Amino acid sequence: MSEAKATRRVTVANHTGLHIRPISLLAKLASQFRARIEVVKDRQRANAKSVLELLSLGGQPGEEFLLEAEGEDAEAAVEALARLFAQGFHEDEAQTAH
Amino acid sequence: MRELRGIPVSPGVAVGEALVLNVEGFSIPRRVIPPEAVPAELERLERAMVEVSDELARHRDAMNRDLGPKYGAIFEAHLMILQDSGLRNDLRELVRQKFYSPEYAVDRVVRRYAELLHKVRSRNLADLLDIEKRLLRTLLGRPREDFSQIGRPVLVLAHNLTPSDAASLNPDFVKGFVTEVGGPGSHAAIIAAALEIPAVVGTGPYLGEVTSGDTVAIDGYRGIVVLRPDAQALARFEQEAAKRRSRAAQLESLRDLPAVTPDGTRIQLFGNIEFPEEVQHCVDRGADGIGLYRTEFLYLGAQREPDEEDHFRAYSKVVQSMAGKPVTIRTFDLGADKVPHLPDPEEERNPCLGLRSIRLSLRYVPMFRRQLRAILRASALGDVRVMFPLVATLPELRHAKMILGEVMEDLAEEGIDFNRRLPVGIMVEVPSVVVMIDRFIQEVDFLSIGTNDLIQYTLAVDRNNKDVVSLYNDSDPAVLKLIEKTVQAAERRPVPISLCGRMSASPTYTMLLLGLGLRQFSVPPSAIPEIKRVCRSVTIAQCEAVARRALTLETARDVTRYLRGELRKYVPDFVD
Repeated sequence: MSEAKATRRVTVANHTGLHIRPISLLAKLASQFRARIEVVKDRQRANAKSVLELLSLGGQPGEEFLLEAEGEDAEAAVEALARLFAQGFHEDEAQTAH
Repeated sequence: MRELRGIPVSPGVAVGEALVLNVEGFSIPRRVIPPEAVPAELERLERAMVEVSDELARHRDAMNRDLGPKYGAIFEAHLMILQDSGLRNDLRELVRQKFYSPEYAVDRVVRRYAELLHKVRSRNLADLLDIEKRLLRTLLGRPREDFSQIGRPVLVLAHNLTPSDAASLNPDFVKGFVTEVGGPGSHAAIIAAALEIPAVVGTGPYLGEVTSGDTVAIDGYRGIVVLRPDAQALARFEQEAAKRRSRAAQLESLRDLPAVTPDGTRIQLFGNIEFPEEVQHCVDRGADGIGLYRTEFLYLGAQREPDEEDHFRAYSKVVQSMAGKPVTIRTFDLGADKVPHLPDPEEERNPCLGLRSIRLSLRYVPMFRRQLRAILRASALGDVRVMFPLVATLPELRHAKMILGEVMEDLAEEGIDFNRRLPVGIMVEVPSVVVMIDRFIQEVDFLSIGTNDLIQYTLAVDRNNKDVVSLYNDSDPAVLKLIEKTVQAAERRPVPISLCGRMSASPTYTMLLLGLGLRQFSVPPSAIPEIKRVCRSVTIAQCEAVARRALTLETARDVTRYLRGELRKYVPDFVD
């Protein structure tokens, strides 16, 4: 497997923060890629394909994370995930209570 | 072996097999499995995960169909947590490598993630715990511990016991309990005392150190719990239990003797009860009647609000069992959160000061009327009195009496029998009542001083808050003065007055209370013999001298020391 790496800075744009609904979208999308993907906040690293690890990061509105991917489709992966962050996880459409 | 210290809330000594509940209220029967069981247990774990996934998917689909996609989304999210590969791998590894049972593995893994989520204040912590409940329920094949199903003698060890848990404990099998949190005023404590089983609460965390099946010893007199006692400790406990048994037998002989002081003053000793079943204890101890029937226990643990018949059934049972002796029924004394069908109060920051007791009754009048109707109907069967809790102002009392009057009219119209002159009294537990006591005595037929809450409100201390519970003191000079003022006012009219808080059950205070003029005590039935013994050992003159001196002291500590010193002169081997 090639060791292509890709990174991207992202911000939590939606005002509800990184709770379970956006996280499940994130994890679902990340699982579609073969690359190893991590979401990094300061020293903490969470596997982007694991809902529980992502939940442990917290994720308040406005917070910044670093996306790091390693593998064949690393570039495509960070691209897709960054777009999801930028779109605020479609939270405004969903307007979910939790 | 490990010794714990906690708050003793119900006397007794018990040694037996532990039944340990995890924080969610499940008892995990086994922590480790033999190596050869691993494949079968892994399969059981997989099956449980599949079953819960199916369950969640069904809920998701139903929600999506009935309410729309954003409601189904929560179950979708739970499903994703459950399908998280990290979670599954952790679980499998614990079973495979450390030989944990699947239940124990779930407990451990969830604990760990829960801590992480708690640290970031994740709003989804509850979702994780919900999944844990489903998994454990599936693995154990039943809902969280159903206390009514316990079929052998056990000592229950838990983080906490909700009032409904405690209310459903079967004393035939539950011989005592220990909880990590809780205080002397908690319902679990009251119920333990009612069931006459030893209980120790507020020990702090210990559940991680004990497993179901371990031997545990509880000393509910001194607040000591020993996990896995060695031979020496066991012997000590046995000795203590034997000593208590012989003392109980000694006091048994007092049963038919009256509570009369050597100088001829008759003291009335009433019993406090929560359930009709406890009346037998009162009868066995020779109580003069029921001084406090706490009716809120009809609501606790019930699936629906008790209706008039439920109330009437319980009250008539008590009245008939007391065969002519007075029964004082106190109306509902809790908050809305304890009533099944009422809306939960909005984030009450100070529930002690909130919408509860008489305030709740006056807000939800139909519920209040149901209870009053039942009390009035029971008044046709014996000497019934009604008492209102937490009255703070005259308008409140008048409003309650007005509603009582209306209910009486209804019953009269319906041709139903009741006592037109039903005595009406109030609990004296809010300081404002003591300040206005001269007015209140004009409008009641009797009073009962509820020191448990009176002390709380007077000293501004939450007795369930372990950080300040040391400030809560029966001996506080301010409290003593409030009691004195109330008793003196009652004597002026005169209005019968009793004291029904924990203080009245404590021999330390008997001389003081007698000396202040109190002649009626209402106590848990198990305390009757000890208080009777003190009454039979001291003259009123002696008590009055003690009271006079105690009221000059400035600190609770001095008061307690003085009272104990005096009591020892007349009852050298008293036990408190």
